[in-house]
Amino acid sequence: MHRVRHLAVACSLVSTALFASAAPGPVLAQTTVRAVMHSDLKIVDPIWTTAYITRNHGYMVYDTLFATDAKGEIRPQMVDKYDVSADKLTYTLTLRDGLLWHDGAPVTAEDCVASIKRWAAKDSMGQKLMTFVGDLVVVNPKTFRIVLKEPTGLVLSALGKPSSNVPFMMPKRVAETDASTQISDSTGSGPFVFRKDEWKPGDKAVYVKFDKYKPRLEPASGLAGGKVVKVDRVEWRAMADHQTAINALLAGELDYLEAPPHDLLPVLKKDANVRLVDYNPLGNQYTFRFNVLHKPFDNAKIRQAVFYAFNQKDFLEAVIGDANYYKVCKSLFPCGSPFESTKGMDGLLESNVEKAKALLKDGGYDGTPVVLMHSTDLVVLANLAPVAKSLLEKAGFKVDMQSMDWQTLVARRAKKEPPSQGGWNAFLTAWVAADILNPVMTGFLNASCDKAMFGWPCDAEMEKLRDQFARETSPSRQKAIAEAVQVRLTQYPTHIHLGQWYQPIAVRKNVDGIMTAPVPVFWNVEKKGR
Amino acid sequence: MGVVAVVVFLLLRLTAGDPAAIIAGDNATTQQVAEIRVRLGLDRPIAQQFAIWLGNVLRGDFGESFFFKKKVADLILERLEPTLALSVCTVVLAVVVAVPLGVIAAYRRATWIDRGVMALSVLGFSVPVFVTGYALVYLFAIQLAWLPVQGYQRLHEGLGGFVTHLILPSLTLAAIYVALIARITRASMLEVLDADHVRTARAKGLAEMPVLLRHVLRNAAVPIVTVIGLGVALLIGGVVVTESVYSIPGLGRLTVDAVLARDFPTVQAVILLFSLVYVLINLVVDLTYTVLDPRIRY
Repeated sequence: MHRVRHLAVACSLVSTALFASAAPGPVLAQTTVRAVMHSDLKIVDPIWTTAYITRNHGYMVYDTLFATDAKGEIRPQMVDKYDVSADKLTYTLTLRDGLLWHDGAPVTAEDCVASIKRWAAKDSMGQKLMTFVGDLVVVNPKTFRIVLKEPTGLVLSALGKPSSNVPFMMPKRVAETDASTQISDSTGSGPFVFRKDEWKPGDKAVYVKFDKYKPRLEPASGLAGGKVVKVDRVEWRAMADHQTAINALLAGELDYLEAPPHDLLPVLKKDANVRLVDYNPLGNQYTFRFNVLHKPFDNAKIRQAVFYAFNQKDFLEAVIGDANYYKVCKSLFPCGSPFESTKGMDGLLESNVEKAKALLKDGGYDGTPVVLMHSTDLVVLANLAPVAKSLLEKAGFKVDMQSMDWQTLVARRAKKEPPSQGGWNAFLTAWVAADILNPVMTGFLNASCDKAMFGWPCDAEMEKLRDQFARETSPSRQKAIAEAVQVRLTQYPTHIHLGQWYQPIAVRKNVDGIMTAPVPVFWNVEKKGR
Repeated sequence: MGVVAVVVFLLLRLTAGDPAAIIAGDNATTQQVAEIRVRLGLDRPIAQQFAIWLGNVLRGDFGESFFFKKKVADLILERLEPTLALSVCTVVLAVVVAVPLGVIAAYRRATWIDRGVMALSVLGFSVPVFVTGYALVYLFAIQLAWLPVQGYQRLHEGLGGFVTHLILPSLTLAAIYVALIARITRASMLEVLDADHVRTARAKGLAEMPVLLRHVLRNAAVPIVTVIGLGVALLIGGVVVTESVYSIPGLGRLTVDAVLARDFPTVQAVILLFSLVYVLINLVVDLTYTVLDPRIRY
């Protein structure tokens, strides 16, 4: 008995010593949206990384010069007005009145020029844009000019691009940080202020309403328009376990769940206090990526055989399952986007095994196994590789499917060595549609050999078409070039698109105003009651 | 500790995965990944990386997390309270429940009480931690709405919230230790119950309770303390799962996140900390033997 008493006393002393010096806790704001995003926020520099969670953080804290509206059109955002010279070589941009950084200083043209330079040093579309830019000139505190060496249609589409890396504007002192170094100052001019003092990676990230933010007067549309904040505070809670997050939403401990797994959607649909919101009409696209450096996919004919061996429905059924959340879409650029087209796709992606076998024979396939990397830990990817293996084997390929976690795959896909020395032949992944809207934006179409993304396609014809697209300013001619790119893809496959799928957000019934946009944003979101 | 430091450092470098590729994000080019690798110092020879890290550790500097851009020591301090609270509650709960159960089961051996305790014990052993967790959440948080589903409230934010957030995780984690300690207590008690000194104590006319506590339990305590000590060390594994199921921002979650992200400095520091705790617990257990059994001397 003495021992039990001693133990109790010891516990009490330990607790007292441990907690006695603790400071008082934060007071909850009047209206707080408690959200679980698709991932925990670990990095807060949206230029330094392309991670989607950091991009989403960027939309909370920063603003953009231009933005993409719900129709996919580029609209001025921080920019009040812009003029294009008659020779299309000079863009003069004037900022809106009353734009402030979170520290109270006014947003200036100098800040914007520094921000564009930092973004363009990292982003592939920004890098392309800068090949056309001769100079960035500050005219006065509210006005600057982009002077081009030759006309391009990229200026607005690059500055208004919706997804990673988004050209977010930062104060000059922050934007002058080397693009390869993470920023530590999160001062922005966006609708929310990041509470760095409350940020605990692995626990939560906190944003509060920026009272001095001046929204545009027009209604919010997509990522453009008036960003009116209707809650006091947004908390992103880190929750690694999907089931726990869903339980918390059902119990009312959460208001917003960005990415509930599709197999658990029926549980949410049954609950009267929860609703699903399809916020991103373009959704996402599954992709099969080739490594063209090694046999057998160093041969374009053999890659074409895969185009015939695959069909999209098998992949979409295996992962998403519910036809309400996927769409078979033969267009390389997302169905519903301006460059949607089926040109050149006749007969492809229909699992025409005979045609695939004939192409394998033509291409001289010698039975070299395809080393297919299989990511096992991400729900939205785990079932893709087994389907690919099955379809490839039906067409006559030998497949060596190797299972690993996503992070191992990410590291391995950067290796150029042959598969027998730790390299690879193919893997599957997903893109947010907003990242693949045109030939310049679509990273997997970059066929510039060593400078291309992992897989390293090397095709002068594809690069020529992408350059043509970048130079073109007429939307109709851009569409024709985009179609030519699609046709070229069927001749020189860099990757294969495997259909679109949609990820609804789950919210409590008292949460309203979720924007229809390619990125989950929190302006316009209302919460009735606490 | 030195061996642990070397093994952990080498294991992390030799297993697949590249923190630079993870940090860079999905759209990064090979060149961007290479730049980050240089910035993190991962392009240097492993021996050089080890020498730098060891030198820093010896000066008390565990480095900066690759991902969180915070001092690893600060990250660990932030996460210490939830894990410590969960562990202390679990151990206290397990000991307070399991030892009396084991004593009663032994005292009433071969009765329905004994069988009942042993059946519960087998159940506690057999059901995985995450199943127990989800079942408790479903019953007490979803159906009855008595307790929160997840999360952790720090003590300074209110005692009520602190306690209610700890009940389900502690019960979940304690289940397996209750089973373990109750079985060992019963077995140890049975060995001592028929000993001569116990019979003598009863013959002197002592009441049953003092006999059980002073003459039986005390003499049976060495194996029980050993198991409790082992249990505390094993808690580290259970804490990882429990913190994930209940979304508690403790050291277990930090470990999982750091391993998945290949955050080398954080994983190295956390494992060194865990091994230090393990060594200290073994030391405490060894010292406790001398208190419980004066015949033991070192």
